[in-house]
Formats: sequence, structure tokens, C-alpha cells
Amino acid sequence: MNGVQVSTTVNGDVEEFVCHPGETLLEVLRNRLGLTGAKEGCGTGDCGACSVIVDGQLVCSCLVLGAEVEGRKVATVEGLADGNRLHPLQDKFLEHAALQCGICTPGFLVAAKALLDDNPDPTEEEIRYALAGNLCRCTGYDKIVRAVDAAAAELRKSSKKKASGRKK
Amino acid sequence: MRYEAPSSSKEAAKLLASAKGKAVVLAGGTDLLVRMKSGAVEPDLIVDIKRIGATQEIKKSGNGFKIGAGVSGARLGKHRALKKAWPGVVEATNLIGSDQIQGRCTMAGNLCNASPAADSVPAMVAANAKANVVGPGGRRTVAVEKIPTGPGKTSLKKGEIIESITLPAKAPRSGDAYLRFIPRTEMDIAVVSAGVNLTLDSKGVVKKARVALGAVAPTVLLVEDAAKAIVGTKLDDDALAALAAACEAACRPIDDMRGTIEFRTEVAGVLARRAALTAYERAGGKK
Ligand SMILES: Cc1cc2nc3c(=O)[nH]c(=O)nc-3n(C[C@H](O)[C@H](O)[C@H](O)COP(=O)(O)OP(=O)(O)OC[C@H]3O[C@@H](n4cnc5c(N)ncnc54)[C@H](O)[C@@H]3O)c2cc1C
Ligand code: FES
Ligand code: FES
Repeated sequence: MNGVQVSTTVNGDVEEFVCHPGETLLEVLRNRLGLTGAKEGCGTGDCGACSVIVDGQLVCSCLVLGAEVEGRKVATVEGLADGNRLHPLQDKFLEHAALQCGICTPGFLVAAKALLDDNPDPTEEEIRYALAGNLCRCTGYDKIVRAVDAAAAELRKSSKKKASGRKK
Repeated sequence: MRYEAPSSSKEAAKLLASAKGKAVVLAGGTDLLVRMKSGAVEPDLIVDIKRIGATQEIKKSGNGFKIGAGVSGARLGKHRALKKAWPGVVEATNLIGSDQIQGRCTMAGNLCNASPAADSVPAMVAANAKANVVGPGGRRTVAVEKIPTGPGKTSLKKGEIIESITLPAKAPRSGDAYLRFIPRTEMDIAVVSAGVNLTLDSKGVVKKARVALGAVAPTVLLVEDAAKAIVGTKLDDDALAALAAACEAACRPIDDMRGTIEFRTEVAGVLARRAALTAYERAGGKK
């Protein structure tokens, strides 16, 4: 094969790998970098289980080539928690029982993170549209939507606290 | 298989033209990677055009907007001036897929994939958009409707890429709109679609019109008779009926699980009529 040498940043760490020209970012993350959070549900862009953020943009990693991320910044579900402290989205998914089998969960968490980074106070309709690219065969979506709404409220509270802390 | 990410369109054209075996252009990959996965296409060379500077820009000038072939739907949707000038084109492009797909999909990719149901294409055709093509023989500019020649087929020659798409400067008192019919609100392929672009005179009479239909023929159709039916009118009921009839007459759809020939034909008229009313309102016309 004509291997492609790639240097990129994943969750803040520099990663170097050689991949096949046709290999997807999803395959690279799972098989070469040992990051198995992103899942392959369909491999065709329909289910969102493979969602990651590349240069601030939510994408399906099954529809990105590993070779394309040279010099980019990739964020995966593994980078969501701060050490042992879960991200508010993860906390709220647990609290609201927003998962059953859990295979869709990493994708939902990453898509929800992308939404809240862009829009800290989404309406229910906005949450549902933003998560339309993520499929879940277990929960019926309602608990996921509520968990995202609760996490958004939590994040707004803590960013307010931080802002007023800075003023003093 | 080889992967190349050249930094100029000239270089990309050279790579594609001199390739032995199957060479493909990669923009957002939301069609190409799906087709590679299924084995429908097995390229020997993949030329990623997103590292070419000109494919990443949205440039505004007296001639309108030049939109690079690597600009994603998500970026298009955040461009205020573009949204204000061509709301129909931006809305049509933003209908493509989910947020994940929006992060990658491009207008030029939508056009070159040459699906009769491609969402941004009727809107681009109605807007009189031009494709700026670079090939081994130099540059040429082509009307967008001349690019697809049938499902999955384009008029681009070996080695040619679309570097950018130009939307003309918005004329005073003009407006555009795009509508599609799908059985749900997200994540589906258009069963029928319509794009309309109107320019009015100072009295609110339609002076110029372009009407395009999607998913009712092997390629997106520019329906000149539909435009003729409304030029010189204020979109009164008779004019709208004539518009719908002209659209129905132009339809050559297929029967499939998404819709019958009869359904597609009727809905084409309905959507064209509704899109025309929205375009009229956006152009400042009052009913
Ligand atoms: C889950 C999902 C949902 C989707 N929903 C929709 C939808 O609602 N509506 C819709 O219309 N489409 C939809 N699509 C299809 C696809 O996303 C669009 O057609 C998209 O616009 C393709 O753009 P791209 O940049 O990803 O193209 P790519 O996949 O990169 O390319 C598509 C084709 O065009 C060629 N090409 C690309 N750019 C150029 C260029 N600049 N010059 C020459 N050739 C080029 C490629 O070689 C390839 O053959 C969907 C796809 C998925 C996976
Ligand atoms: S695995 Fe990528 S969208 Fe389903
Ligand atoms: S929890 Fe099982 S698919 Fe979502």
C-alpha cells in the first residue's frame, strides 16, 4: 500500500500514524489509536454513532479519511471528561437514564457537545434537530433530549458562576 | 490506492489528468466515501481539493459571491451576507443531511454527484449560478444546469474540477426560494423539489423568473415555460395555475417507493407555486 503518514492532534495530544489512503478516521481512531469510543453503526453517515469534532466542526468519522486530518484538531468522546470528573452531559445522561444498550451514547454526547458549544441555551426543537443525525434504537429519544436540556442548564449555571467570580 | 492533497487547482487537474486507472475528486466525501464503502467506486487515486486555498473562500464582489468548492453547508449557513442575498440557495444547501453531514457536504459535491434529487441544485439553477471549472486545458465557466447530464454523470472532462461556484450579484427587488417534499422533516431524500428566483419591477410585476424542478427527471430541470407563465404578472391565481401546469407538463418522473409518477407530477406544481409566492414576498412584492 501507499501508506499516508499523518500527524494530528487528538484530544490535545499529538498523534502520528501511517494509514491506508482509503482508511476512514473512524478506523484509524479505533484500530490504530485505541480510541474505541466512536462506534461504527452504519459506516454510511446515517446513524451518528461515529461522531467526532474536527477543527470545531461535528462530523461522522466514518465519512472522513484518516489522511484528511493531517494538522487538524480532532476531539472524541474520550476527551469529554476531565480526568475522573465526568462532563455535565455525561452526568445528566446517567441521572436521566438516557441510555440502555449504550452503543449510540458516545455519538449523542459528542453531537450534544457540539450543539452546546454553539448554542448554550437551545430550545427542545433545536435539540431535536441537532440530534437528528444520531439514531437510537432503545430509548425513544425523550430521555436523551431531557438530559441534554438539563446539561445545558447546568453548564449555563457554572459559566455564570465563573463570570461573576471573575468580576470580584 | 493513492491519496493526494494538492495546494492548487492546476496541480489537482494535472494529477487527475495524468492518473492511470480511476481517479476521483474528494470534497466533503459524504457521497464518495459511502460509494467507496459499498464498493460502487474503487479509486486508484483520491485527490482531496480542500487544501486548495480557492476552494475554502467565500468572496463577495460586484459580480456576486464566489463560493469555494470546499466550503461546507455549515459554513454557508453562517454567512450572513450570503443568506440575505440568496436565502433559497442557502436554505436548500442546509437541508442536506444532519449537522454531521452539514459539517462536510459542499454545493459543488452535491452538483457533481449528479443526483436528480440533489437539494442545492434546483436552487442554484434558479439563481443562475455558474461553475468555475479548472482543467488541464485551463479555465472555463459553465452554467450549473449544464454540469449534470444524467444520474451520476457530469459533463466534466478528465482532469477537470469545479474550483468554485458563482452566485450572481442580487438584483434589486429580487428574491429566491426552495422547497422539497419529504415524508418527514429531516434526513430524507427529496421526492420532488422546486427552486424559484424572481425579479420584480417597481410596481411588483414579475420582470424575470427562473424556475427549476428536482427529482422529476434524470437531471434537475430548468423549466422555461414555467418562467414564461408568470413573467408580466403579479402572481395572481391564473398566473399561479399556469405556472403549476407548465411545471406538470415538464415532469418526466419515475415511479418508485418514494412516490408515484402521478404524485410527483402534481406535487411539482404545488411546490413551484408555493416557492414562487415565497420568492415574490422576499423580492418585496405584496399580495
Ligand atoms: C446521511 C446522509 C444524508 C444526506 N442527505 C442529503 C439530502 O438531504 N439532500 C441531498 O441533496 N444530498 C444528501 N446527501 C448526499 C450528499 O451529502 C450531498 O450530495 C453532498 O452535497 C455531497 O457533497 P460532498 O462535498 O460531500 O461530495 P463528495 O462526496 O466529496 O463528492 C461527490 C461527487 O462529486 C465529485 N466532486 C466533488 N466535488 C467536486 C469538484 N469540486 N469538482 C469535481 N468533482 C467533484 C466527487 O468525485 C464525487 O463523485 C446525504 C448524504 C448522507 C451520507
Ligand atoms: S457509523 Fe458513521 S454515521 Fe453510522
Ligand atoms: S441506547 Fe441502545 S441504541 Fe441508543
